[in-house]
Amino acid sequence: MPDWNMLTLVGTDRPGIVSRVTRALYDIDCHLGEASMIRLGGSFTIMLMVRSHSAAPEILAVLTPLAEELGLRMHLDQLTGGLHQHLAPNFQVHVTGADRAGIVADVTDILSAHGFNILELESDVAGDLQHPIYLMHIQGFCAETLETLESALAPLVSQGVAVAVAPVDILIG
Amino acid sequence: MAILDILKLPDPRLKRVAASVERFDDDLLAFLADLEATRLNGPAAVGIAATQVGRSQRIVIVDVSGRPKTPNHGHLVLINPDITHWDGSAIGREGCLSVPDYTGNVIRATSIHLKAQDAAGQILEFDMEGYEARAVQHELDHLDGLLFVDRVISRRTDLYRRKIYTH
Repeated sequence: MPDWNMLTLVGTDRPGIVSRVTRALYDIDCHLGEASMIRLGGSFTIMLMVRSHSAAPEILAVLTPLAEELGLRMHLDQLTGGLHQHLAPNFQVHVTGADRAGIVADVTDILSAHGFNILELESDVAGDLQHPIYLMHIQGFCAETLETLESALAPLVSQGVAVAVAPVDILIG
Repeated sequence: MAILDILKLPDPRLKRVAASVERFDDDLLAFLADLEATRLNGPAAVGIAATQVGRSQRIVIVDVSGRPKTPNHGHLVLINPDITHWDGSAIGREGCLSVPDYTGNVIRATSIHLKAQDAAGQILEFDMEGYEARAVQHELDHLDGLLFVDRVISRRTDLYRRKIYTH
C-alpha cells in the first residue's frame, strides 16, 4: 500500500538542490505529488509530497547522506492525505503596512473569529532596513459575506495597516 | 441533443489550431446544440470551445450572464471569433473543463474588441470588459491550441507586483 510522506528540506540555497534530491527519490521509485519550493530569507525551502512503497527509514537512508552533502536539514513525516484534495478559495486578503510585530496575528485572529479557513498565505518584507514594509496575501474560504469581513478588518486601518478583501472568482471555461 | 465527451489534458487534439467555419448549415446548428448541452452539463462553465469536444473548428460559446453584477452581452455563440483590440491587464484565477482539479492565475486583457459571426454567419462586433472579456480570451485560446495552464503565472506574482508598486 503506497503511502504519502511530506519531505521538508531547509538550508543554504545553491543551484541543483531540486535536481539532486528528486533524482535520488526517483532512483528509489518514489513518486512526487504537490510541492512548494521558495527562498525564504535567502534560504532554500521545499515541502514535497513523496509517495513510496519504501518505508520512511529506507527513504531517509538514501536522503540523509545527500542532505548532509548539500547542507540541508530534513524532515520526513507520514501524511494521512493525498492528491486531489484541493479546496477552492472564495476570498483573498491583501495586507500592507509599516512592518511591526503582530500584524499576522492581528489579521488572522479576526479572520479566524469569522470561520475563515486560510488555504494559502504568502508574506514578504519590502522597503529597506530603515523603513521595512510588510506585505501579506491570504487566500481562503469563508462562509460569511465580503461586507462582514471588510467591517471586521476595518479597525486595523486605524493601526496603520492597509487591508483589502476581495472575492476570488474562478472562471471555468 | 447529446452530451459530448470533453477532451482532457494531455489529449493532443487540444493542441491543434482550429480551422475556420465555412458552412453555416444544419450540421452547425446541431453541433451548437450539443456543445451548449455539454457546457451546461459541466461544473458551472461560463464557456466552451469546439476543440474541447474534438471538433477542430473556430466555434465557442460564452455566457457570463448568470454571474451577478457582471457586464455582459448574454448568451453568445461566436463563430470565427477574432479579437482586434486588447487593452489593460489583470490577474484572475481560471480553471478549465479540460484540466480537472486545477486552477491557476492568468494575466488577461481587461477590455477587448471582438469580431465574430453568429450561427447564421452574420457579422457581430462587441466591446467587452472584465470577466466576460476574460472568458472570451480563455475560449479563443482553445481555438489556437492553448490552454490556460500554458499561461499560468506564479501564485506569488501578485505579491511581487504590489511590492514593486510600493517603491
